Amino acid sequence: MNKVNKDNFKQDKYKYGFVTDIESEKIPKGLNEDIVKLISKKKEEPEWMLEWRLKAFERLQHMSPPKWVKAKFDDIDFQDLYYYASPKNFKEKPKSLDEVDPKLLETYEKLGIPLKEQKVLAGVAVDAVFDSVSVATTFKDKLDEIGVIFCPISEAVKKHPELVKKYLGSVIPVTDHYYATLNSAVFSDGSFVYIPKGVRCPMELSTYFRINASETGQFERTLIIADEDSYVSYLEGCTAPMRDENQLHAANVELIALKNAEIKYSTVQNWYPGDENGVGGIYNFVTKRGLCKGDNSKISWTQVETGSAITWKYPSCILKGDNSSGEFYSVAITNNFQQADTGTKMIHLGKNTKSRIISKGISAGKSSNTYRGLVNFHRKAKNAKNFTQCDSLLVGDKCSAHTIPLTENSSNDSSIEHEATTSKISDDQLFYVMQRGMSAEDAQGLIVNGFCKEVLQKLPMEFAVEAQKLVNISLEGSIG
Amino acid sequence: MLDIKNLNVSVEEKQILKNLSLKVGNGEVHAIMGPNGSGKSTIAHTLAGNPNYEIISGNVNFNEKDLLEMDPSERSLSGLFLAFQYPIELPGVTNASYLKQIVNVHRKHRGENLIEAGDFLKLLKDKSARLNIPMDMHSRFVNAGFSGGEKKKNEVLQLDLLNPNLVIMDETDSGLDVDALKSTSEAVNQLRSSDRSFIIITHYLRLLEYIEPDFVHVFQNGSIIESGDKSLANRIDKEGYA
Repeated sequence: MNKVNKDNFKQDKYKYGFVTDIESEKIPKGLNEDIVKLISKKKEEPEWMLEWRLKAFERLQHMSPPKWVKAKFDDIDFQDLYYYASPKNFKEKPKSLDEVDPKLLETYEKLGIPLKEQKVLAGVAVDAVFDSVSVATTFKDKLDEIGVIFCPISEAVKKHPELVKKYLGSVIPVTDHYYATLNSAVFSDGSFVYIPKGVRCPMELSTYFRINASETGQFERTLIIADEDSYVSYLEGCTAPMRDENQLHAANVELIALKNAEIKYSTVQNWYPGDENGVGGIYNFVTKRGLCKGDNSKISWTQVETGSAITWKYPSCILKGDNSSGEFYSVAITNNFQQADTGTKMIHLGKNTKSRIISKGISAGKSSNTYRGLVNFHRKAKNAKNFTQCDSLLVGDKCSAHTIPLTENSSNDSSIEHEATTSKISDDQLFYVMQRGMSAEDAQGLIVNGFCKEVLQKLPMEFAVEAQKLVNISLEGSIG
Repeated sequence: MLDIKNLNVSVEEKQILKNLSLKVGNGEVHAIMGPNGSGKSTIAHTLAGNPNYEIISGNVNFNEKDLLEMDPSERSLSGLFLAFQYPIELPGVTNASYLKQIVNVHRKHRGENLIEAGDFLKLLKDKSARLNIPMDMHSRFVNAGFSGGEKKKNEVLQLDLLNPNLVIMDETDSGLDVDALKSTSEAVNQLRSSDRSFIIITHYLRLLEYIEPDFVHVFQNGSIIESGDKSLANRIDKEGYA
């Protein structure tokens, strides 16, 4: 019954797979002290930043990549990568959009992220990162007026050194683990956000990451600070061309919420997943961590992970302030040969801290999808509460789903609730919906969207519809 | 409208339908009665295209088209509707949004404009009232946690929304209390028309007291052994199938 048009499927599957024909300037391949110095020089960084990087690099010499992930891949040759690529002659970020290379504008337009003022998404400020550099940021003036800083991190290093010095590496220590340390040594660009005291950021802030150059790793670094009584909603999107090589994306994202502040961080990750035979695709090894530093602060992670050959990340919350709360809402979809090992860590340190974890894993094809999570109650975390729900949905019978929830409890008056389910899209469900006139693919989309609805509705409205479509597209060709 | 010729069907390698033949004309109501487990539902699921039912041989002509060549959604779009004996639950999918989507799939197929949210709500209120369906049922997930009666009413509601020209009702009366049976039958009776035919599968007479059939067929051992008018149903009710 499941007549799937295979040609159609190939065409639609990854519509972001094009390459922008723009000459790129790369520094030599390899990872050594000179490369770290060269990246810092390219960025015209102050001395303290270079020292910070070199310290990380020195540390890296004594570390090796962790191996415990539930994913199979060949060792990465870290000497065989380019650590910095930018469009040629891109000395300085253009002052206005008129100066931006039309090819770049066209690229983002094609990706559905128009940057030209008359076409920009209303209510969303965008920072566009192309390979290792930020090429444009929209709505800057409007944000300046209310004191919100939203700029590439390379710019923040120069213009707001006091904030960067204070907070960079304060949530993810330079020494954390191999990929985080690597990122600290070679990070190129990413976004910096500072929301001043008492300001509720009036628009969504969004960064769009695009890998274009080949054999290049992208090492983005994002730092978001919400000062007391402030609020910000931030969204990142990611895509890359279709290539038969595996490209590394090792990002570090740090969030700091001070007293009464709230940060909502959403990700729609659609890196190239590789082809239907498992060739190519992005290795998405990302460290994301938020610190609820002040009392009554709140950090909420929402992620829709549909892309990448391997997704390996655990957006986490350290609940330090009393009454602070952390949330993690996740949809992870794997198809063909994709592998995902993702989840969260909720570290309860303060009193009356709360966390909520809703994870929806969908596996199709021959893929592997793992939820891995840690809920930790520190001895001082009196009256802490966690609720965890992990649901897995299997499409077909060649894929696998795994749930590895860990709890560590040193507090004696806390509560943990855990629910987990695994289900399959049944032939009965498909038949029922098709009997009402829907095609096999639409029927599957309807059922899968129902399964992840609880998470999708947490996304900012502008992106919820897109995410819903993405969910359907990611699973195309997986039935029949 | 529908012409079934010498249909042989198996489920999990066991033959259920044996040389079944049946003709249904425009606007006719046919009742198929038979004992429990005789495979009556196999007729319904085969006609709707359930892939678990394997056609061994035979032909089915539906409005001058080869029905067996079509996938389930094509059959639906061509006007065939099956009211399920056991409606399927769709967790996370709200009933209202589901109903709107299936209405729009049919409208799109007919080349009509998609229905707007406001117009759909009006339509839904109208049709729900006829079946005594409270509107808050539509903000729940499709069939999930519905009572037996709510599920069956939801099937008849879908039938009403999709305007099919061949309706197969598979034991729609089971799970309905007397009041619900009455309101559901009334709704079905209002849907009877000269260009809409019904195949009603049941093993009780009581539904046929509300929805009067033009023809009654007795189904046993995979084929129709006797056909007649309504009086045949009365006789079976008294004497049983034996």
